[in-house]
Order: sequence, then C-alpha cells, then structure tokens
Amino acid sequence: MDWVFLTELAINGALTGLLYSLFAIGLVLIYKASSVPNLAQGGLTMVGAYVVLALARDVGLPLWLAIPLAVVVMFGLGFGIERVALRRLAGRPVVMILMLTLGLDIFLRGTTLAIWGGTSRSMELGVSYDPLFLGDIFVSRIHLVGAGVAVGLFVAFMLFFRTRTGIKLRAIADDYMASWSVGISVERGVGLSWALASVVAVAAGVIWGEIQGVDQALSLLLLKGLTVAVLGGLDSILGAVVAGIILGVVENVGADFLDPLVGGGSRELIVAAVLILTVMIRPHGLFGRHDIERV
Amino acid sequence: MFYRLSGIHHANYVSDSRIFKVPADRNLAAFIFLIGLAAPFIVPSLYLNSYMLPWLIWTAAALGLNLVTGWAGQLHLGYAAVMAVGAYSAIHAARFGVPWEFALIIGGLTASVIGSLFAFAALRVKGLYLALTTLAMQFVMDWVLTHSPAISGGSHASLQSPTLALLGQDITSDTGYYYVAFGWCVLVTIFMLNLKRTGLGRALVAVREKDFAAAILGVNSFYYKILAFATSSFIAGVSGALLVATFFFLAAPEQFSVAVSIQVLAMVIVGGLGSIIGSYFGVALILLVPGLVNGLIVTLSDQLGMQINVETLAHIPNAVYGALIVIILLIEPLGLGKLYGNIRDYLMVWPFDQFKK
Repeated sequence: MDWVFLTELAINGALTGLLYSLFAIGLVLIYKASSVPNLAQGGLTMVGAYVVLALARDVGLPLWLAIPLAVVVMFGLGFGIERVALRRLAGRPVVMILMLTLGLDIFLRGTTLAIWGGTSRSMELGVSYDPLFLGDIFVSRIHLVGAGVAVGLFVAFMLFFRTRTGIKLRAIADDYMASWSVGISVERGVGLSWALASVVAVAAGVIWGEIQGVDQALSLLLLKGLTVAVLGGLDSILGAVVAGIILGVVENVGADFLDPLVGGGSRELIVAAVLILTVMIRPHGLFGRHDIERV
Repeated sequence: MFYRLSGIHHANYVSDSRIFKVPADRNLAAFIFLIGLAAPFIVPSLYLNSYMLPWLIWTAAALGLNLVTGWAGQLHLGYAAVMAVGAYSAIHAARFGVPWEFALIIGGLTASVIGSLFAFAALRVKGLYLALTTLAMQFVMDWVLTHSPAISGGSHASLQSPTLALLGQDITSDTGYYYVAFGWCVLVTIFMLNLKRTGLGRALVAVREKDFAAAILGVNSFYYKILAFATSSFIAGVSGALLVATFFFLAAPEQFSVAVSIQVLAMVIVGGLGSIIGSYFGVALILLVPGLVNGLIVTLSDQLGMQINVETLAHIPNAVYGALIVIILLIEPLGLGKLYGNIRDYLMVWPFDQFKK
C-alpha cells in the first residue's frame, strides 16, 4: 500500500468533493426554504456558465466584470422561475413539483443549447494548469481555487443566515404558517432562496466549466450534487460541505480500487451506491432534520 | 352531446360498477377501438409505423407506470431500466430459440422480479427519497447494462432482435407490427379499466392516500406496494420487449437511459396521475408534439426566408419538450386527463347544466 499515493487520492478527492458541495449548496438553499427538491439545478448551472461566456465572448466584457453581471442576471432568473412556475404549484404533491423542476431542467438545457450550440467551450479563467506540489503530493490548482470558492460561499451563507433577512429565511424554513402570521413574506423569502441558488449555480458553472469545459455535461452534475445534498441532510448547508468531502474521498479512493476490477467507470456506480445506502440507512442524512409524519 | 345522462339511473351495485357507466362513453370507446382496428387501411404506412405504433406501445408502458405512480402513489424514476430488463431478457430468450410468446412472458416476469427490487426501497421511504433511490437504481442498471457485454452485446454495441413470430406466424409487415402493438395496448388498457373497479385498485388508492391509514383499515400496504411494482414492471418488461421487437429492431442501452425514465414519468404526469385516457394524451403530447413543432419552425423559417442554425434546430425539440411539461403543469397540475374530464363533464349535461348550480 502506497500511503503517499493514497493521501494524494484522498486530498484530490476532498477538493473535488468540495466542488460537488458548491453545486449541492444551491439544492440545499431551495430545499431549506421551500421543501422543493430542485432537480433543475443542473440546468441552472449550465445556464450560469453559458451566461458568463456569452457576456465575456459575445459582448466582449472582461471576465471580472462578466461574472458579477452574470450573477445579477441569474439572480433575476431565479426570482423569475419561482414567481412564474414554482409559486403556482406550492402545496401540491411532491410528484408534481419534482416533474416541474425536471421539465424546467430539460427546458433550460434545450434553450441554452439552441441559443449557443452544443460544442464544448472553454472558460479560460486564467488559472494555471501547472501542477502544484505540496511535499510529494500533487494538487490541481483549479480544484484548489474551486474548493476555496466553495468554502468561501459556505462561510458567506453562514454569516448571511445571521442577518435579518437570513433569519427570516430560517423562519420560513421552519414553519410556513408561523412565518406568515408574524408578517414575514414567505413568497419573497422562497423567491430569494431561488435567486441565491441561481447565484450559487453561476459559481459552480464557472468552476466546473473551467475544469471540464462548458457544455451539456455540466447538467450531469445533478446526480452527484443530489447525493451530496442527501448525504448531508437536504436542509443543512454544513451537511452539504461535509458530505461533499466524504463523497469526494470515497469516490476517488474507491474508484482507484474498483476500476481495475470492473474495467473502469466505477465512479458513477459508487455515487449511486452512496445515494441508495444513505436513503436506506439514514434518509435524513448526516445533519438533516428528522421529519415526523402524522397520520 | 345532447344531455347524455338522460335516463341513466344506476339502481344496483352491478350497474354502478360497470366499466362505462354512461353509454355515450362506451360508444365512444367502441368507435375509437374500431378506428384503431381500421387504422392500417386509413393511415399511410409511414405515419402508421413512425407515429401510431410507438404511440401505442409507449401508452402501454405509461399505463404501467401510471399503475405504480398514479394508483399506488409510489414515485418511480427507474422505469426505463425495468423496460430494459424486459427487453433484453425477451430478446435473449428469443435468440436462444424460445418462441416469442414465451419470450415476451419471460421478459415480463424477469422485469417483474427485478422491478420488485425497486419496491424494497418503497417499503423504507416514500415521496422525494423514493424518487431519488429509484433514480440511483436506474444509474446502477445503466451501468450494469453498459458494462456487461454478455447482456448488451458489448459496450457501444447493440443486440439484434430476431424476427417476431406470434402464434406460428412470422410478423414482418408494417400492418402486422401495428396490430401487435395495438393488441398489447388494448390488453393493458382493459386491465387498467378493470383495476379501477376491483378491490386491488381500491387497495392501491388507499395506500396512495396514506399508507399508515390504509394499514389501520386492514390493507397490507407492504403487500400492495410490492404487488403494484411487480405488476407495473411486468407491463414495462413486455412493452420494452415489444418496443424493440416492432420498432427499434436493435436493443441498445441508450434506448433505456435515465432520460427515457424521465420521459415516461413526464408522459404519465402530463397525462394525469391515475387517468387512463390521460396517458394516451400525455404520450401523444410528449412523443409527437416536439417533432411537429420543429417541423413547423423549419417550414416557417423556409417561408420567411430566415436561416436557422442546424444546431439550434437540433435542440429546439428538447426545449419544446421541457416547456410543454412546465406549461401543462402550470395550466392544470392534474394533467390532460383532468382537462378532458372537465370538458366531458360539461358536455355531459349540456344544455341543462344550469340546474346543477
């Protein structure tokens, strides 16, 4: 057993895992405020990346300006989606809401590709591809940057949930009716959570776009993001970060053991297995709230 | 049209539990059935085989999913994987030399066994978590399919379906394929129509509404959930096998991917949960409309002399497909079946509806 190699796998796995967290935070934000499983997060991430590219390439803005502008655009898009689509289905059975977000995902993907075409584009953030060596361990720079962004967002949201608006969101997450009765605008709060999730989608889109190119494959992050969100507990942002690290390490180290046995491609199998096991053993995840159901 | 409820009074339980309580409905169904029988002589064979046939088989498949999602209330995002199990086992059986009649049943039963595995997830969790588990199971199945050459004929390869032969007749003509699909769809429809009025159907509905409450009433929700999954998987398996035998002719893993699972669920939900006629509408809408809209856009752009990028055209059907799901859900969350029901109920008592108010 080569311990250095194993450590390297684990560290890179953890960094990749934090990038999954980056994606999963968007899911958690929406679930927390409205108990809606947002299966359109993959589509949103893709739109986020394409909007950044459209502003940078087609309009010709520098990246440092294109990204904040894309954040503003996506903030509006998130609000809009909640206003137009989700609000009208509030209180409906989960199967319809699930289908609505799936439909949104397909629509966003189809529209994005119809407008900008399906060829893979590169993000060109300007992060160097030179390997970074910490002792004997090789670390990818862009993964390090992405992990930094994920942790930064996590801290930002932790602080945000201590502000007045943040506390309102927490109240909404806790109890719709009670929030209404003390004068909190639940609709605005849920809309805000969608807007924030869309902003997170921009961050995820930019980082993942830099790593694997901006194309349709960005929306395939959904399964991994969902696994992370469920493992961490669907309504816990801290859970998303911790679970991201766990999944990343398990996936990277596990794939190294399993790939030679099954002839490659075992990553998706590991992710699916983690999702199934989590739901079977501990459906509310590591840090999620345990719901009690009344008959 | 003209007060069709006139003179209809159900005086005993037998007449009240008929499949068609209103003669007008029965006549309409009989009329549609006759059109279906006559279709090969009316419809050009291109339309028959590229639109009618997939529409009928997908409707049968969607009805199977409707059984588990609409009646028993269990979310299922791995339906395509179950169809794949049926398709592959039937085709392997047929290639091995088993007559097609038995191969189809083998396909259905294998799918039933594997599909029941999904039910074990349903025993532990429900709602969103069940959807996620079945989604993960779909990924596992996909992975197994693409990574076991013994089943799929190798990664990126496809499996040729042997010539379909039923009751000693080789079926090779378009008309023959159509009648096979039509027959299967009618069978499934009759089964589902009867399900509504039997104890099994009522038990499933009780489990859907609240499984704890159903258990208190003496309905064994454990048993009925597994039964629902097994039955719907049987329908899925045979539909998958027929789809390959009469439409694709080649079985490939991509035909049963996650996207297909989502598509069948979309058909069921857009059609309306628990609505049989709705499933027909839903399948027609999801399967046919995106292509039609695309054709329309091509014609329009030709007329107006605009040049539309080929790549844009390739992705428009997908955007339309997503938009259709969203729009229908926003207009009527209970689906097209409910819309049809509203219109039917209105016309049923027209022009005397003012008395109901």
